[in-house]
Amino acid sequence: MRPVLLIDFGSTYTKATAVDLDQEVILGTSPAFTTSDSDIGEGLTHALDRLCEKTGVLDYTARLACSSAAGGLRMMVSGLVPELTAQAAKLAALGAGAKICRVFSHGLSRRDLEEIQADPPDIFLLTGGTDGGNRECIIGNAEKLATLTVRFPIILAGNRNAVDDCEDFLSEFPVTLCPNVMPHFGELDIEPVQREIRKLFLSRIVSARGLSKTQELLSGILMPTPSAILSAMVLLAGGTDREPGLGDLMAIDVGGATTDVYSIGWGEPDDINIILKGFEEPYAKRTVEGDIGVRYSAQGIVNETGLSQIACQAEVTEDQVQALLLELTCDKSLVARKCGDAIGRLDDALAAGAVDIATRRHAGTLSEVYTVTGVVPVQTGKNLRRIRRIILTGGPLIHADDPLAIARRALFSDSCPMSLRPLHAEILMDSQYILSAMGVLAEREPDVALRIMKKELVRLGECRATDGDRRVAGPNIK
Amino acid sequence: MEELNGKKLVIGVIGADVHAVGIRILDYAFRGAGFEVTNLGVMVSQEEFIGAAVETNADAIIVSSLYGHGELDCRGLREKCDEAGLTGILLYVGGNIVVGKQDFEDVEKRFRAMGFDRVFPPGTSPEEAIQMLNQDLEVE
Repeated sequence: MRPVLLIDFGSTYTKATAVDLDQEVILGTSPAFTTSDSDIGEGLTHALDRLCEKTGVLDYTARLACSSAAGGLRMMVSGLVPELTAQAAKLAALGAGAKICRVFSHGLSRRDLEEIQADPPDIFLLTGGTDGGNRECIIGNAEKLATLTVRFPIILAGNRNAVDDCEDFLSEFPVTLCPNVMPHFGELDIEPVQREIRKLFLSRIVSARGLSKTQELLSGILMPTPSAILSAMVLLAGGTDREPGLGDLMAIDVGGATTDVYSIGWGEPDDINIILKGFEEPYAKRTVEGDIGVRYSAQGIVNETGLSQIACQAEVTEDQVQALLLELTCDKSLVARKCGDAIGRLDDALAAGAVDIATRRHAGTLSEVYTVTGVVPVQTGKNLRRIRRIILTGGPLIHADDPLAIARRALFSDSCPMSLRPLHAEILMDSQYILSAMGVLAEREPDVALRIMKKELVRLGECRATDGDRRVAGPNIK
Repeated sequence: MEELNGKKLVIGVIGADVHAVGIRILDYAFRGAGFEVTNLGVMVSQEEFIGAAVETNADAIIVSSLYGHGELDCRGLREKCDEAGLTGILLYVGGNIVVGKQDFEDVEKRFRAMGFDRVFPPGTSPEEAIQMLNQDLEVE
């Protein structure tokens, strides 16, 4: 037996997972409340005690962790044109597992600077201009940032003909130089920036957040949690040299405050006659909807879905929905007491709304343009229609009454026919919350992590956009 | 390929126009003449032209249109350029830019009034455009 301990420091829960590398099985999992206000180690001790009750005392060969505690990895990014370099910078930071507090485009204003000064980010990503392109924006912003009295790490990834000048202005900041996020128009190069974010997270953020107090317990906190989930998904889709993956897939993580959507695949058009607009999207893409979640951001779901539809789905009156929402605002830890009660039904309706909204925002769209030569289809963003597997994770989905019905909301729908969401897909459930742990394990033992995911993800059935779903029993993928 | 002359162009076919061949010929010709070219391809909106010109710090925007709707598509481009800080950027337009057979002098006048620096009739060779670019951008 070669037991390994994997820990996920979340903002609400600290989850510990014990894995045996030899048997390639999960020995046990256990959650405990995170105590980031006092000492994060306390929550960990609780989690480990509970884990120990399940697994007995184990002599771990390694202890690895990811973290989104204490607000996660807070980043601000700036670029020039909102749809171009600012968007590229945003994609880079999201893919590295960051929580983006602000996206700035064009020049920073005095008010922007005051905001940065008042609540500085963990990392600032400064971009703007293609290589050889606009210099004024990024140099101007560097000069303005230099007037601040707070200090934070800055990643400089803009026009290569402007970075020297930027560095001169930012000599008092810890600056890391990276290749331009958009070296040529429409071309993304975000992986070097993501590697750098990861390094900074390890070298600076982890220690600054009191996470290193637990250092003696761990062989190392490796990455922010969303980045761990993204690595797990990349591994599950692409496989390794020795173990095949499942092919292109999506993952949806509905939480209390945010909803994350991941898609792994190039998302190219289905047809050669479709014209692709906008810049290329990353193969492994993550989006975060900060206004969509079943507790802190429940109102965002209701606003976009409509009160009447939520009420109809939850089988309660509109007044009852509002009363329940008020109750949830007062007590975030409120959960359904018994299966099928009003809160449970509302939670399911909210989760369904979250899945619908977040996948619509994540997926590309098709539009028809009338030209003199006839109707021409135009695709922007990723085409996810051919994706055949969706992984569900996060409490509201894992504890849902009918997760398959909720998952169907991630598919093509008649009410939003131009959204390029999957036509039908097999739905897998991360019922033991192992995705982040497997993303961390993938750093050391990708083959084992992949095989465990294949074993442990529960197959719920096949969802179809048009006709009915086909439910299947049994946990295994193959 | 000749040496780069240091001038940057943004080119594309404006509006709902899907004529893909001419713009590639222009791309090839401009590159051959030493320009750094950002080719946006077909069905390019005014906003895309402007976004690309801002990020690449382009010296000129070359708008191509072959399907007759050019006049509608090009309206307001100069004003939007001004708004985006591209004050005084060189704007060219060429192709079958209006409906039917119209007197080109009239057409040229209308497009110049819209803020285009040069207007090219159907059948213009790439060399003519290059010559004008060299002149307007003072390429040595």
